[in-house]
Amino acid sequence: MNHTHERVPVAAALVAALGAALFILPLVGLLWKAPWGDLAGALREPEALMAMRLSLICSLAATAISIVLGLPLAWIQARAEFPGRSLLRALTLLPVVLPPVVGGVALLSVFGRRGLLGQFLDPLGIRLPFTTGGAILAETFVAMPFFVLSMEGVLSTLDRRLEDAARTLGADRWTVFRRITVPLVRPSVAAGAALAWARALGEFGATITFAGNFPGRTQTIPLAVYVQLENRPEAGLALSLVLLAVSLTILVIMRGRWLEAP
Amino acid sequence: MSLEARVRLRRGTFELDVELAVEAGETVAVLGPNGCGKTTLLHALAGLIPIEEGRFTLDGVVLEDPAQGIAVSTEDRPVAVVFQNQLLFPHMSALDNVAFGLRCHGRPRAEARRIARTWLEGMGLGDRARARPGALSGGQGQRVALARALAVEPRLLLLDEPLAAVDVQGRAELRRDLRRHLASFGGVRLLVTHDPLEAFALADRVIVLERGHVVQTGTPAAVTARPRSRWVADLAGVNLFHGRADGNRVTLDDGGALVIPDRAAPAGDVFAAVHPRAIALLQAKPEGTPRNVWRGPIDEIDVEGPIARIRVSTVPPVIAEVTTAAVEALSLAPGQDVWVTIKATEIALYPG
Repeated sequence: MNHTHERVPVAAALVAALGAALFILPLVGLLWKAPWGDLAGALREPEALMAMRLSLICSLAATAISIVLGLPLAWIQARAEFPGRSLLRALTLLPVVLPPVVGGVALLSVFGRRGLLGQFLDPLGIRLPFTTGGAILAETFVAMPFFVLSMEGVLSTLDRRLEDAARTLGADRWTVFRRITVPLVRPSVAAGAALAWARALGEFGATITFAGNFPGRTQTIPLAVYVQLENRPEAGLALSLVLLAVSLTILVIMRGRWLEAP
Repeated sequence: MSLEARVRLRRGTFELDVELAVEAGETVAVLGPNGCGKTTLLHALAGLIPIEEGRFTLDGVVLEDPAQGIAVSTEDRPVAVVFQNQLLFPHMSALDNVAFGLRCHGRPRAEARRIARTWLEGMGLGDRARARPGALSGGQGQRVALARALAVEPRLLLLDEPLAAVDVQGRAELRRDLRRHLASFGGVRLLVTHDPLEAFALADRVIVLERGHVVQTGTPAAVTARPRSRWVADLAGVNLFHGRADGNRVTLDDGGALVIPDRAAPAGDVFAAVHPRAIALLQAKPEGTPRNVWRGPIDEIDVEGPIARIRVSTVPPVIAEVTTAAVEALSLAPGQDVWVTIKATEIALYPG
């Protein structure tokens, strides 16, 4: 589309500027308040180091699980015809709109000691709540839908005739998926995974509800920011800057894919 | 070795109902206009679309028979396809495209690649083995697609518009190569196309498909000599009429009548084909023997070098072919009324 640029009415410009300021001002404030003088020192504190290490582990693990479980799920949602398909899609979408704290409560009611599955897992020594595994599960719960949604879109627009061609050459369905479908969608997998990873990295509500707030075990960066802001604001600000930097990096790398003007 | 198929299926309001038999070593072309169902037929034979009724056997082995609940899945059929848009895998090299089917048939990687390389060399593409499909020309891509299909040693080879993806310059060369490779392939060969040149150049026998049904089969020469549909007649460039013969008269379906030699056709439905060269245009009403004489306005004059094809809106409408010199001599122009005559002996008659 090649619209000629319209003259912008003054009133609309003012309101739009107000809207943009809503996003921009807090960023400016964060940069202004940041402890630039002792940024390195604040990040070298043991709590900060632990939080960053834990966040990295949990978010990467959550992303990996999202890919391994999410790709087949996206494939089935995009391709298969079965009763309840739209219901499944709606349920996959739910964590995107569900308040994360409710997700945490829901996870507790399944994996808690007297939960739906937890009552059977607990005697076996498998305990997820208030463990690093629980933090990973909470992050996966909120992050995976982003991956599934973006992959579902890609898979439904893929040229299926290529898969037909592979089948005429003797490839069974698994071979087609592994050697044709997956390689063809690999660039989109990276983009979807980056989206999920960013979401996992910032996860707060479900994690603190389901996994608690234990330094070194479940206290990821967002939790550490929240706690530190009370007693040592400069540490909280420094960690916030780390998250901001990561987000901006992802945005820059993925801008071609996400920010393309329609 | 042979293919015998009766395929019946519906897609929306479209119905495909085709019966065909092809011997090994024979190349048969399914020829038809766009939308006639030829690609659907090909996909059905490959098992990509289920048939609703019918039976499909290859060398006596049933591959599909809905009545018996038999439907061998696509990957287990000894059938390979050269698709219309090649459909090479864009993320693999030419070599890996050809090796793909061999790997699927259980060959170890090194062996698959060695065989694939031999195939590419046979296509004159030994130096393009590492190229991605995006870097290949249309003709090269089509050769890779052919090598990929032949490498799995199918017993039935299906080709969908094999020359369509190639520009005019490359087409003659590709057609020659294709004919050579088809000749050395011992299985059953079936190609579908809308291009009569492609069909006539590559096929021993033609099956004309229109609106999902077979209207005519035969050698290319027989099909063009005695067209049985308007579409084939236009391809062959002849005037085709259909009507009921009675004595020396054929009453045409679309109005008008033809006078034919006595007892030239048995009574009943007949086709009458007239070559445009056998139709004469005159300024004045002719006298004497020709009995098919009509008058009507010229619709269109289409000049191609020394030849002009002239469409005249008589009843029935005809296309005449005259020299451009004659057009000038008679000062023919669109809109002008002319006399049209056909000698009864120039009309080819055959049962309709």
